[in-house]
Amino acid sequence: MARDPKKKKLTVDQKRYTELVRDTVPRPRYIKTALLAYFFGGLIALIGQGFIDFYRSSMNLTVKEAANPAVATMIFIGALLTGLGVFDKIARVAGAGLAVPVTGFANSLASAALEFKREGLVFGVGSKMFILAGSVITFGVVTAFIIGLIYAIFIY
Amino acid sequence: MEWQIYIWAFLVGGAFAMIGQLILDYTNYSPGHVLSGFVVAGGILGGLGIYPKLIEFAGGGASMPISSFGNALVQGAISEAERNGVIGVMTGMFELTSTGITAAIVFAFFVALVFNPKG
Repeated sequence: MARDPKKKKLTVDQKRYTELVRDTVPRPRYIKTALLAYFFGGLIALIGQGFIDFYRSSMNLTVKEAANPAVATMIFIGALLTGLGVFDKIARVAGAGLAVPVTGFANSLASAALEFKREGLVFGVGSKMFILAGSVITFGVVTAFIIGLIYAIFIY
Repeated sequence: MEWQIYIWAFLVGGAFAMIGQLILDYTNYSPGHVLSGFVVAGGILGGLGIYPKLIEFAGGGASMPISSFGNALVQGAISEAERNGVIGVMTGMFELTSTGITAAIVFAFFVALVFNPKG
């Protein structure tokens, strides 16, 4: 395994065993999970588009402005479903279909906040909320900063 | 808006999710890696001007996946950079994403207050 380069050499018996295991363990159904992810990811995009059009027509916003409240609504739904315990049940079927849209971002915040609730409001909910979502924000901001610098220095 | 955008939203949004699922299934990366990768990829595509076109074309299909977060960060940073240079990169960074971040923090906080962890 690539994970452990210092691993001892396997004996013949162990090698035979790992081959046996590899052949008997049921292979995950990659095509099925991929299609399910596609379906649920598309469904969430559809619902999001519905909210975009709803906010656009009801609040007289442009398409670009309407995306913000639509994203916020999807985040609300994601966080609420996490609190109700429904999110994990759907995610077991939908896989990345629920994780890749902003609902997954909301779920990572809300589930971390819930999980560490017993450590208190300040050190639990307040600081551990970002334990999963933090890397998304960090890498997003660092990427945007570098690209912004390139623009500021070389293009304008 | 025409109804066709709903078809494109479904197709593009589904494609993003499927790419994520395939990476999860075929590599050892965790969901955290995949989401961070999506944000970085969205940021780079946003910097190249590709992502805004995708949003125009697919609507929710491109603005619901987390990659739009990276794109929005970059768009905020470069639009302020246009006016204020390097300082603008910092002041504009969260200009467009503040709705999403605020919503996520506030809703997650209240969810944690109201509900209790299951199991």
